[in-house]
Amino acid sequence: MEQKKNLLVGLAGQQNSGKSTTFNMLTGANQHIANYPGVTVDKKSGSYTFEGVRVETVDLPGTYSLTSFSLEERVARDFLINEKPDVIVNVVDASSLKRSLYFTFQVLEMGFGVVVALNMMDVATRNGMTIDIEKLQHRLGVDVIPTVGRKGRGKKELRRAILATTKRKEGLPLTISYEEIEPLLKKLQEKLATTVLAENYPLRWLAVKLVEGDSEAERILIEHLGSSSAELELTRKIRREFEENHYMTVADYMVGCRDRLASSIVESCVTREAQGGFNISEKIDKLLLNRFAAPIFLILTVFLIYQLSIVKGYELTQYWWPFLAKFRAIVASLLPDAGLLHDPYIRSMGLWMVDSANALLNYIPIFLILFSLIAILEDSGYMARIAFILDKMFNAFGLHGQSTLPFILGGVFAGGCAVPGVMSTKGIPDERSRMATILTVPYMNCLAKIPFYTLLVNVFFVQYKSWTMLFLSTFTIFAALLVAKFLTATVLKTKETAPFVMELPNYHPPTLFGVGQRAIERTWQYIKKVGSIVIAVSVCVFTLLQFPGLDDNREAYYQKEMDKAVTKFYTKIEGNAYAPQFQEEASLVALINLYTDFKTARLNVKSADASKALDDAYRESYPNLFVFMKPRGDKDAKTINKNLRSLASKRKSLRREIKNENIENSFLGMFGRALEPITQFAGFDWKINVAIFSSFAARESSVATIGVLYQEGADDNKSLEERMGTETSSSGFTPLHALAVMVFFALYPPCLATTIMIKVQTNSYKWMLFSMLFPTALGFVVASCIFTGGMALGMSGFQMMIAFYLLVVLTTILVGTRNKWLPSRHNRTKAILQ
Amino acid sequence: MKHRKRNRCCRLCDIPPGQTTRIRCHHAKGAIRQRLLDLGFVPESEVDVVRRAPLGDPIQCKVADYNVTLRNAEAALIEVEEVSPESA
Repeated sequence: MEQKKNLLVGLAGQQNSGKSTTFNMLTGANQHIANYPGVTVDKKSGSYTFEGVRVETVDLPGTYSLTSFSLEERVARDFLINEKPDVIVNVVDASSLKRSLYFTFQVLEMGFGVVVALNMMDVATRNGMTIDIEKLQHRLGVDVIPTVGRKGRGKKELRRAILATTKRKEGLPLTISYEEIEPLLKKLQEKLATTVLAENYPLRWLAVKLVEGDSEAERILIEHLGSSSAELELTRKIRREFEENHYMTVADYMVGCRDRLASSIVESCVTREAQGGFNISEKIDKLLLNRFAAPIFLILTVFLIYQLSIVKGYELTQYWWPFLAKFRAIVASLLPDAGLLHDPYIRSMGLWMVDSANALLNYIPIFLILFSLIAILEDSGYMARIAFILDKMFNAFGLHGQSTLPFILGGVFAGGCAVPGVMSTKGIPDERSRMATILTVPYMNCLAKIPFYTLLVNVFFVQYKSWTMLFLSTFTIFAALLVAKFLTATVLKTKETAPFVMELPNYHPPTLFGVGQRAIERTWQYIKKVGSIVIAVSVCVFTLLQFPGLDDNREAYYQKEMDKAVTKFYTKIEGNAYAPQFQEEASLVALINLYTDFKTARLNVKSADASKALDDAYRESYPNLFVFMKPRGDKDAKTINKNLRSLASKRKSLRREIKNENIENSFLGMFGRALEPITQFAGFDWKINVAIFSSFAARESSVATIGVLYQEGADDNKSLEERMGTETSSSGFTPLHALAVMVFFALYPPCLATTIMIKVQTNSYKWMLFSMLFPTALGFVVASCIFTGGMALGMSGFQMMIAFYLLVVLTTILVGTRNKWLPSRHNRTKAILQ
Repeated sequence: MKHRKRNRCCRLCDIPPGQTTRIRCHHAKGAIRQRLLDLGFVPESEVDVVRRAPLGDPIQCKVADYNVTLRNAEAALIEVEEVSPESA
């Protein structure tokens, strides 16, 4: 056969067989990820050139078989049928050869050229297995290449075997014999050969699947030949007659045939060293899955993740933030200069965008650490154990053991992000649980909610700080569980469920490349979120907060105030030696801007050395003006400096007042006011309403908005906490109000980026909309109950918090243990069996 | 089918950890059945019950040479017979 210049290779295999490491080994870094058409399953492909042939390799979803029960299986099968790859590389876990052979049989049955990559040879050897490769090749009739994907062993041999397979004649590979029904299969196959199906489908495979009763195969048949074809009638007859004669289904019989064949192959090719029957994984499991030790190890693991990623990562952000600040400074220098009272629109919007993005980008060190640790958990095999340990708890609320990972990413304890959380629900095989997980991950404590909580807690719950934080971080878990239960019992009731049948893979040491790649990939997803959606929405929010702007009267008033201050400045510096150079307004504005920038830069400087460096930098950049920043003995410059200080301070407070008034009169401000009659039941005033709305883009902005709204006393260098404290106490804002706001904030809709991810994962706008509306309604009802109820009962914020917490915990326990007194599904089957 | 002396039969979910059993048949249908078959819960094959999760559900089984976990609800659909230690 002539060698083709371009080959299409499909990489197929079961989960945990090391398919992705083999894929990385084959293609190297040259990969890209897309989606299979119409579904959310990742399609990873890559290419390499070997001996002058370009080989395009597609990594198929890892599935246990190629039936049509799950989305991944259908995707993998459709790819094989439609794209007809030249060669299938079947990655096989050498350490559990028998089960892997079931899959190999299915690929062989489809009639493809197959190369078996016998992966994880090291594990097999360690477990005392010796595999006779020659014999295995002989039995399967295809090339078998031993590989160790993680260490890149067997790469060349595998690439060579792929080319060799395309040149080989067909007909050599093993055919699975179905013993008694072989003649019937032959007959059906011959019949099918006369139909149009012969062109597009491997007939042996189709015949086997039809007899087995595979729904997808039947669909193909009906689609091409109609619902009353002789072929369909024949398959039904074969099934019926077999079952009448054998007291078992054809499908069971065929499974038995395959199982016997697999057993016989394993028996003839594998020799096992007699050993204590104890491998390393089992030894580790003895300890980690021990009834008493398991919870301790689990809590330790979670605690370690928290300490390393959130606590240490937060420390790292101190080193990371200066880079972001530098970035902001660069952007600020590129934008048009600030005016005296008003900045050019493009400047304020540009800086607003940079600030919004920076607030999110600040968390990058945390995410890199968090995602690396989680990748380690996944690759090592412990994640599957966590699912095993926690499944019962999750299952009681309609979730799944594998919901653990999304919840940890979303921030179970304190700090995470719902975007990667929602993304990671992909692996949950049970559709109903998966949906419930997607819709409840946003209740976790995302990193961006923390500053807002901290602010309110520092103002209203100072004495009970740690209790309140504990309340917030644990209350959300109970809330998520209850919501999951509610959703799975109502709107999600009709969704498909799947059994929790999961392999516990052997423990593997994770590779640096694998972990690093996953961590960077997930962090990149996060950055993309910041880059696109958050910035876009921040512009909308900015516009809504900015327009329609002040009316002319107020505008004139502020202008007059500013003019007064400027005149005062000129009067004070009259006769000053430097006075002439500031007679033009532009030069004065430039001076004030420089002064303000210098002051801001000084605030960020920690050490004396850095402060000196800053001075030198400014002295060099502004040789003529620097003297007014630090006069040092120059009497005239000192006068300018003194008056400049008061002028700059006046300007600052005027600008702040304008901003405040602007927001109050803005579209968003009006909207916030318009909602006050409703939101008063929850105790929200218009400022809180505005903060809530502006935080939809990204929760970070809520603190910034609140910061603008509460600004009386900002000039006296009071912190936002103090300002909010004095201002709110005079307006009657109590800890009870704060509690209602915090609870609403905990329950309220996910940020826009998360809802977009929900759209991607559910493939439906309907669910995306639901994910926004339901939490809003829920949060509002709960907040209203807390506030209105608390007012009626005359309870303080802290008392109400305790009462509410107890109620939630009690409900959760009751719901979680209701199986104890209601007949469960597995008790019902007992009745059937007896 | 060949007849062999049947031991006491019961459901997989009722087997205490540490026991070896042989699968007699499935009562599961469709996707559950396929999944169980894929993971090696094939009639006539042997299954060891290794342990239960700390909360009592799911259970961990050893099929051939790998570990699979399944919930009691699914294990209840698998009919097994106990294998006495000497015949194992």
